[in-house]
Amino acid sequence: MQATNVTNATNAATELPTTATNHARRPKLFGWLLIAPMVLWLALFVVAPLIILLVYSFCQRDDLGRIVYQFTWENYARIFDFENPIYLRTLWLSILYAGITTALCIAIGYPVAWFIARQRETVRNRLLMLVMIPFWTSFLIRTYAWITILSHNGLLNGFLEAAKIIPGPLEMMYTPFAVVIGLLYAYLPFMILPIYGSAEKVDDSLVDAAHDLGAGPFRAFSDVIIPLTWPGISAGILLVFVPAIGMFAITELMGGGRQPMIGNVIQNQFLKARNWPFGAALGIIFTLLFILAYAFVQYRASKQNHNQ
Amino acid sequence: MIQINGVTKRFGNFTAVNDVTLEVRTGEFLTLLGPSGCGKTTLLRILSGFEHPTEGAILIDGEDVTDLAPYRRNVNQVFQSYALFPHMTVRENIGFGLRMKKVADDETRRRVADVVKLVALEGFEERYPHQLSGGQRQRVALARAIVPRPTVLLLDEPLSALDAKLRVQMQFELKRLQKHLGITFVFVTHDQEEALTMSDRIAVFNKGRLEQLGAAGEIYHHPKTAFVADFIGEANLLDAEMISRNGVTGCVRVEGGLELTISLDQWPAEMTRAIVTVRPEKVFISKHPIAAENVFEAHITEEVFQGAIDRLGIQCVTGTTQLTALVANESSLQEAFHQGDRIWCGLHADDLVVVRREE
Repeated sequence: MQATNVTNATNAATELPTTATNHARRPKLFGWLLIAPMVLWLALFVVAPLIILLVYSFCQRDDLGRIVYQFTWENYARIFDFENPIYLRTLWLSILYAGITTALCIAIGYPVAWFIARQRETVRNRLLMLVMIPFWTSFLIRTYAWITILSHNGLLNGFLEAAKIIPGPLEMMYTPFAVVIGLLYAYLPFMILPIYGSAEKVDDSLVDAAHDLGAGPFRAFSDVIIPLTWPGISAGILLVFVPAIGMFAITELMGGGRQPMIGNVIQNQFLKARNWPFGAALGIIFTLLFILAYAFVQYRASKQNHNQ
Repeated sequence: MIQINGVTKRFGNFTAVNDVTLEVRTGEFLTLLGPSGCGKTTLLRILSGFEHPTEGAILIDGEDVTDLAPYRRNVNQVFQSYALFPHMTVRENIGFGLRMKKVADDETRRRVADVVKLVALEGFEERYPHQLSGGQRQRVALARAIVPRPTVLLLDEPLSALDAKLRVQMQFELKRLQKHLGITFVFVTHDQEEALTMSDRIAVFNKGRLEQLGAAGEIYHHPKTAFVADFIGEANLLDAEMISRNGVTGCVRVEGGLELTISLDQWPAEMTRAIVTVRPEKVFISKHPIAAENVFEAHITEEVFQGAIDRLGIQCVTGTTQLTALVANESSLQEAFHQGDRIWCGLHADDLVVVRREE
């Protein structure tokens, strides 16, 4: 009798872990169910189009702009034509503009984000609201507003002339300056918000400790504050730099299409030139650039995270 | 030597530190003690340079540092939350101060290694703060603050996050370290036991004011105000009125009607009312009559077991005077006291400390 009891007990003991694993596995399955719509969405609207794009980029087109499914390197050869590198130059310019925009976004956005993060909670929320309010207006309307500010007879010229700072109106619209202003304006919140997210978590006492140990404002910033807010900075770089390379609406509206960016070129290949395979090849190169930028930032972030 | 000269700090209408004048001697362990909101932390932040006093001045070794930024003062602080840099290893955290002071690399290495040994953190140099226990983090914070060799080390309740056992151990370790290094320590705490254990001198604060400054024993045995008597340790506070003077002694009537003889040197001639304080462990009780002054009959109305000691509530037989007494949980050879017992209770005149009533 006693022996049976012992066996029962042992059985129960051996069975217990199985139930435990089942129990642990259940949320996993449930989790998959929860993200299934998202996975489906990504597969249908991101992965599939990318595959189509990749296939197109190796195809040819006939005179009517229809796709001819015949393998060719021609599209890529045209991009990497070092004799006549117009597309590489465009790409390089786009990266340059995006780089300048990103740098300016950090330079302007970082102090703003830090300032907001150091306020009392009620003030903080109000300031964040101010950063986000422009999103409620249509992007195009906001861009047109800049045109009225920067144009030949615009507000800024009017003001500068009235204040006798300049003798005649400055040519600001349809210049690289206008393009950068437009990009900066459009992307600044995408830099401020992630940096704010990181800055808010930086404990005041860490900054105090840095000062206490003899770090002046600059060293405290470079040795303590920057490393601690790096996740926010890198997220901001991704959110600004990558989309800014491909932006075509601002370059068209504020740059007047004088200096087409890579986004404009791709748009033209698809809509006007009806050369889908070439547009697709540009798109693929562009996507590779995205992935590279992302991988770089992730690599740096993982190195940082590893240390924390 | 640090001189705090008439320092006042106001935040809007609130006066956090009210006209404090205090001298910290070189090499001493001074504790700023008081309840939360008494201004002790604000005073510490003024010493470290994070707050600027509204009035008054801070002098360190004769030099006026009132307007000096924290990073220009030769003062280091151990923060309550430790404030270790999460992105740096133990070694980098400890070496941070030396790096900021541009100390040569090999000297930095040597000094960091020395201090790591001093706080017993060998083998943990490459760990990150999140990989350490609370006690280890505490030691890193301490090491980081002492390695630049500050004139004075400020400690803001550094032990409050530790559990009770570790805390007692760290109290002794800190004290040993302070003696070993000979650095002036200014230690902030609200824990009077911690203050009594560690300090050379204690400055008791209440509502932004310095109530009393003195050695631990002095503060405990001769409190100058009712607040100090009550805050440090435990005390019976009895409102008292002088009824007759007789040469060197006087007779006072305390609340509840009990009459006590006290020595008059504690009681200025012009004063009629004051507070008589007596420590509960100095309330002597016996089951047999005692031939001495200030002996009266009483009942034990309450008995609370506290381990090594018993806390007894005592009520006089005549009148309504109540006292608290602490008695050691006696050996079986001695008399035992229990609730309901009728006893004789004695207070020695030397144990009765007179403090002024707060107006």
